[in-house]
Amino acid sequence: MSVRHALLALLSEGPKYGLQLRQEFEDRTGDVWPLNTGQVYTTMQRLERDGLVESDPSDTFEGPQKKYQITPPGSQELDTWLRTPPGADAPPRDELVIKVLVALRLPGVDVPEILQAHRRHTVAQMRQYTRLKEDAPQDLSLLLVADAQLFRLESVVRWLDAAEGRLKHHSLDELRVADETLRLPAREALR
Amino acid sequence: MSAVLDIRKVSKTYGTGTAAVQALDNVDLSVAPGELVAVMGPSGSGKSTLLTIAGSLEEPTSGEVVIEGTALSDLSSNDRARLRRRHLGYVFQDFNLLAGLTAVENITMPLELDGMKAKQARHEGMRALAELGLADRAGSFPDELSGGMRQRVAIARALVGDRRLLLADEPTGALDSDTGESVMRLIRSACRDGAAAVLVTHDSQLAAWADRVVFVRDGVVIDASTPTEGPESLLTGGEPGR
Repeated sequence: MSVRHALLALLSEGPKYGLQLRQEFEDRTGDVWPLNTGQVYTTMQRLERDGLVESDPSDTFEGPQKKYQITPPGSQELDTWLRTPPGADAPPRDELVIKVLVALRLPGVDVPEILQAHRRHTVAQMRQYTRLKEDAPQDLSLLLVADAQLFRLESVVRWLDAAEGRLKHHSLDELRVADETLRLPAREALR
Repeated sequence: MSAVLDIRKVSKTYGTGTAAVQALDNVDLSVAPGELVAVMGPSGSGKSTLLTIAGSLEEPTSGEVVIEGTALSDLSSNDRARLRRRHLGYVFQDFNLLAGLTAVENITMPLELDGMKAKQARHEGMRALAELGLADRAGSFPDELSGGMRQRVAIARALVGDRRLLLADEPTGALDSDTGESVMRLIRSACRDGAAAVLVTHDSQLAAWADRVVFVRDGVVIDASTPTEGPESLLTGGEPGR
């Protein structure tokens, strides 16, 4: 999640104070992404340094709070970001995949049991997001955030299910032998 | 409060000798009033067998099924059929509506079979349809309804009258995610009104609607989730999933 671009989006509606930005950010992400005040201010300082926001000259409020407004390069940056696909490095350094690969090579480790532990944990997280949806059937931003998390977590469970199916059809010995003797092009490509 | 459904050490074997297949092995499962329990497992794990045994559509090889304090094995087959008609509701992936009957007739048929007067049954059926927002489609035949509407009719049929236990097998399998979600909201709301429900699925998004998730593999319960933690903890743990 790019906090930087989310803050630019809020400023594209009109000039705002830092605290106000923090509150609105949390409101719009359905309170799922808490943001601390420090994060808001360091992000705003960098945006200002990069010329994407500036302090609002019409702000006459005499206090520690500064009112920001978006600059034309800021608006352009926001527009570009909205259209840019999120980073998709292949293959991603997925911690869960790494854990399972490590488990496969450790003697005495019950790999299906490890898959189930992750499945249980992931489904428990999904239950929490589903409960959020159940409790707030009218909150569109929250529903969208919860849906996104649910589809992501579902893909984790599906991978765990698929991994379990693979384990049934390949013995661990076979895997270890393959690891030591084969250097297939496809395998090299993943390195 | 005592359980609506209590499955005690239930095993089920199909076939005999070397061809014997053990579909369920010593399974315990208890569901309280108001509770939605999901049974999650891959194809062939025994989850659907568990549901048909819980619904008295099939008998266990050993073990006992107790519904609202009554052991099914103590009932005659007539009494079991009556219990099914009165207290159990089924929702299947393919809806199982009778094509020659209208929406409301599909709902009232089990009531009338059970001896309820036609007028009273129609009143109950219309009320069940109205609760699911389908009052204006009471006279439609199943093939005149969308998939989501058909499943709502099936749910109305499963909940009509004094149903205490709802048994659902992949109830949203044929529906898009939006319609599927509204079906799950209906099942949850039936539970809030006091029904107990068992949901059998391989789909984690569906299972996530449950209060408790039981995992089955090869006829055995291998794991169960702890009781639902509220969503509050999501709001304090920083970015989710990290």
